[in-house]
Amino acid sequence: MWHDIIFWILAVLCVSCALCVVWQRNPVVSAVFLVGSFLALAGLYLNLSAPFLAAIQVIIYAGAIMVLFVFVMMLLDLHHPLDLYFRFTKLKFPKLIVLLLFSWFLCTLILATAFPLAAPQTSQGFTISQIATLLFSKYAFPFELTSLLLLIAMVGGVVLAKKK
Amino acid sequence: MTLLDFTILAAKVVLVMSVLLSTVPILVWVERRGSAFIQDRLGPNLVGPFGLLQPLADVVKFLFKEDPIPIAAHRFLFPLAPLCSLVPAAVTFAAIPFGDTIDLWGKTITLQIADINVGLLYIVAFGSLGIYGILLAGWSSNNKYSILGALRSSAQMISYEVALGASLIGPLMVYGTFSLREMVHLQASHWGILLQPVAFITFFISAFAECNRLPFDLPEGEAELVAGFHTEYGSMKFALFFMAEYLHMITISALTVTLFFGGWQLIPGLVPLAQWIGVATYPTSIGLSLLQVFSFTLKIGFFLWLFIWIRWTFPRFRYDQLMSFGWKILIPVALGNIFLTTLAIYLKWI
Repeated sequence: MWHDIIFWILAVLCVSCALCVVWQRNPVVSAVFLVGSFLALAGLYLNLSAPFLAAIQVIIYAGAIMVLFVFVMMLLDLHHPLDLYFRFTKLKFPKLIVLLLFSWFLCTLILATAFPLAAPQTSQGFTISQIATLLFSKYAFPFELTSLLLLIAMVGGVVLAKKK
Repeated sequence: MTLLDFTILAAKVVLVMSVLLSTVPILVWVERRGSAFIQDRLGPNLVGPFGLLQPLADVVKFLFKEDPIPIAAHRFLFPLAPLCSLVPAAVTFAAIPFGDTIDLWGKTITLQIADINVGLLYIVAFGSLGIYGILLAGWSSNNKYSILGALRSSAQMISYEVALGASLIGPLMVYGTFSLREMVHLQASHWGILLQPVAFITFFISAFAECNRLPFDLPEGEAELVAGFHTEYGSMKFALFFMAEYLHMITISALTVTLFFGGWQLIPGLVPLAQWIGVATYPTSIGLSLLQVFSFTLKIGFFLWLFIWIRWTFPRFRYDQLMSFGWKILIPVALGNIFLTTLAIYLKWI
């Protein structure tokens, strides 16, 4: 019962924060709401007995990526491009079509996923050593590929910064 | 969870939080008197014996002062920022074990609020959130000194978080666990600093930067930035930033003690005392637990004094020195420590 109550509180918090991200005009306030959404998501992971995932979610998304986002937003003056952006919202018809198509696509995807099958596997939770064993044995190739991707991004960043 | 379990948990939370929050005014007093002692002054000595009631007078002043919000400040984020600073600093202590277990009323009580099996990651995760308080305070104040302080601090904290995280990997490999409780148990015979001295040095230096303490207090830098990110804050909002800084110091000291100095393991002189009283053979007795909590408090107290001592001894870094020290010295040393530790474990030296 407690799990359900906590789930609904966190779920409502997560979705309402996500909605506020879209509705807010001020980018920094949006970013703060996005952090709130990330934290609620971390809480949901905890509720699914995945504390490692929750900690990583907070460290990487809330603690590192969003800090850089806010940092850049504070450095740039975002007021003028924002006005320009809002002038394009007059055309409503294409927007609605995209919205309907996307929500139809999302609903089919959710209905097609077999959630009852996934639940028993996660209910026990994973220890860190299990995750590490999986990462370095079964998923060693994707893991190394991801690190290569990050390295490429880093090299790209250095190259772009050097050009100026 | 039964009602008794819940009551015990609530009691632990209330006890730990009240001890933490009441340590803050004492620390402020120690800081002011200690700085005066180091600089050959007297410090606040008039309110109460040895000026001990000065923090109380300060609290009353903070509570009753006018609490203005500047007209140009952001209405929503300006009051939120001090909370964003205080909450992460206050909740991180939950994962730190301050003693072993005791048996009370037929229940085995763990002297730790939450025994999380990813305890270290929990502390790092919430520690990394503390930066939002500073960033939001700087941005929402709409003041050039505030925003410069906030930008400096975020760059500083991101840089030193890398070194902090890298220096934690060495001890993690040696202990083989993320649980702080198990780490303390593993340090029963010898403290972690004997195995990981380099990790301790890099961790402690980056901890100073994470707490924004001198010689890394560039975000405040009063000679250049008035008061940095909290220039526009007054009364209780400023007090919350102040409390967050001291809570951070306490938690970082506790983490240092837990990782490198045996946590609640008895300090050398206390082992014969425990044997003499006769509690050493009863691992869950109240007497031994009290001695453990006492050792833990004493160790934390030493590091808190070290924090204050260093603040009033060293001058502030210049900003470019700070960055080049973090990236060119601290991070390579921490990475080298990881390499050496891996080698040592592979060759079975440790």
